[in-house]
Amino acid sequence: MKKTILLGALTVAGLAAGTAAAATLDDVKARGKLNCGVSTGLVGFAAPDASGEWAGYDVAICRAVAAAVLADPTAVEFVPTTGKTRFTALASGEVDMLARNTTWTFTRDVDLKFEFVGINYYDGQGFMVPKSLGVTSAKDLDGATVCIQTGTTTELNLADFFRSNNMSYEPVPIETNAEAQQQYLAGACDTLTTDASGLAATRAAFENPGDHVVLPEIISKEPLGPLVRHGDQQWGDIVRWTLNALITAEELGITSANIDELAKGTNNPEINRLLGTEGDLGGMFGLDKQWAYRAIKAGGNFGEIFEKNIGENTPLGLSRGLNALWTEGGLIYSPPFR
Amino acid sequence: MTTATEPSKGSFRLSMLLYDTRYRSTTIQVVALLGFMLAAAWLINNVIENLAASGKTFDYRFLWEPAGYDINQRLIEYNSQSTHARAAVVGLLNTLLVAAMGCVTATVIGVFLGILRLSRNWIVSRLAAVYVEAFRNVPVLLWIVLVMAIAIEFFPAPRDFKGENPAATMKFFDMVAITNRGVYLPRPQFANGFGDVVLFGGAWSLNLNVVAVLAVLIASFWISGRIRRWADRVQEETGDRPATWHMRLAVIVLPTAVLLWALGFHFQYPVLKGFGFKGGIHMRNSLLALWLALSLYTGAFIAENVRAGIMAISKGQTEAAAALGLRPGKIMRLVILPQALRVIVPPLISQYLNLTKNSSLAIAVGYMDITGTLGGITLNQTGREMETLLLLMLCYLIISLSISAVMNYYNEKTKLKER
Repeated sequence: MKKTILLGALTVAGLAAGTAAAATLDDVKARGKLNCGVSTGLVGFAAPDASGEWAGYDVAICRAVAAAVLADPTAVEFVPTTGKTRFTALASGEVDMLARNTTWTFTRDVDLKFEFVGINYYDGQGFMVPKSLGVTSAKDLDGATVCIQTGTTTELNLADFFRSNNMSYEPVPIETNAEAQQQYLAGACDTLTTDASGLAATRAAFENPGDHVVLPEIISKEPLGPLVRHGDQQWGDIVRWTLNALITAEELGITSANIDELAKGTNNPEINRLLGTEGDLGGMFGLDKQWAYRAIKAGGNFGEIFEKNIGENTPLGLSRGLNALWTEGGLIYSPPFR
Repeated sequence: MTTATEPSKGSFRLSMLLYDTRYRSTTIQVVALLGFMLAAAWLINNVIENLAASGKTFDYRFLWEPAGYDINQRLIEYNSQSTHARAAVVGLLNTLLVAAMGCVTATVIGVFLGILRLSRNWIVSRLAAVYVEAFRNVPVLLWIVLVMAIAIEFFPAPRDFKGENPAATMKFFDMVAITNRGVYLPRPQFANGFGDVVLFGGAWSLNLNVVAVLAVLIASFWISGRIRRWADRVQEETGDRPATWHMRLAVIVLPTAVLLWALGFHFQYPVLKGFGFKGGIHMRNSLLALWLALSLYTGAFIAENVRAGIMAISKGQTEAAAALGLRPGKIMRLVILPQALRVIVPPLISQYLNLTKNSSLAIAVGYMDITGTLGGITLNQTGREMETLLLLMLCYLIISLSISAVMNYYNEKTKLKER
């Protein structure tokens, strides 16, 4: 009898040891695919296009990481996650990284054990109303019915905003952006609230975007960025420096048009270090010399990705604003590559 | 004949555990139990290891921190500064509300349609059959979403009620507003009365007026029951049943009416103000959609249970009752249904349980039940999946077991008394 229990205990120990996390980089390389958590469909940020290919601002980050690690920007398995499911998906290892309009907050970073690798969009929560409602300020929304996506920071900001302004409201919790659109357009809620960039994306998908306005008040700081699980520093570094490589590329004037030219070698040592013609930065975190070259080539530099997906010439029509490079009056800034 | 093969005692060998039928079943049970315990131990160990690996602790202290979010439908006082525990209770009450409403309407629909399906009228029975098959064979989530979509797209928005020549008007003498945000009903109110009593240091409050009205109503019904029994006695003794309906009506209506008048009972009607309707009772379309879809869906199952119960009663019962001169309606009410209940009640219990558990689909339409508050926003904002989900499962377990207990008690009362 004693023997049975001992054997059982050994079995338990053996099985449990198998569940401990291995290094994410090795997993991704072994799998040959990057599992990237994105939103369920937000035009401009992450949405399947007409041919079913995922495209967008957040999607481009996933592709850049896949290009850096696997040398193939299409080797990405996109996992659509809702505001509610995203953290579970990341924590459980279902996705390797999350690039999904996720606000960097203290509790998410510290308590939920995630690692925000940087900020790729400086956002803030706003309100959209139909023009016909005649509302010009968020302060006029006393008593309004508000559609919110549940499981996000927005519902906490909303509660704080209405409480601090002594106003009442009726929250209508909604699971996905598509449902929010439906309810808002049918007039089941007076106003739709989420990050201002999300509002612009939603509005762009309307039949008559001109009938709706985004109110001037921004009621919160929403720094959005990609995140990974806490504890795997190597993988966190790879995602962080891929994002930084895109930003640095814009700063140094490396574009998808001239990158092949520059990769042959230039007399700017920082470009050389970034593109792998000088030194071996990639080798320090387990990649080859060309990792940044491939990441930038996948979708262009930070500015190109912005302009292509959400910039002023797209239906979203977002201006760079805070998201311009620090050299152009924005907040986008990358530590140096050396 | 003598027992020739008396087994020799005192020579127990280990192999007998397997080959001797006297011990074999015990051996198998012990092995199965060990296997089960090992599996459970592995699961628990796995949880502990993985919680440790991801650096998470297991504690419920977060329940006493401010929730930070608002809930639209609150049966008790709640604001964004209340605790997560209170948010969970608000959600729990919402679950119980929709479950109770659903069980009542599903039963009514089920009994009605179950009888209709047995109707001798071909069209009526076919229509009932179409209803039952349609609702039973489509997932309930689709019904919930469909009802919600209809409510949102079909009914007018509050802004349609505005202006000189509004596109929509209020129904039932301007008392009820049907909008795509829900239905606004008149709210009963008391101008004067006993006020509220505060329990548990302000955590709960109870309106004494409502308590008083309920107490008077219960007393009235009890007296009415006494009158009925008195009439039964007179009928047994003399053969003549005294007319009691006017006495019973007066007993039920008059005391309550006098009390309501004394308390200054009146209705507060919904009025169009600001962005939408204010005042009155707001039945949100999320509640309506969930309630309707769950009742219609579960009602279809109950209809089949009712049909099975009725068909289980021998046709001779109907014929005997008819021979005694009872009319079809009375045969159903006095002879068939009381006997059929014995067959209907046990499966009815599981339908009630199904309805209650299906109410956790509420999040599809944004109804804030306990899955939406505790298992939704609280889980997401605190990141405590393990704790919230275990608590959530415990809540549903307690609700389901309570329903089972109540219905089993009812089943005991209605089942055939065998002496």
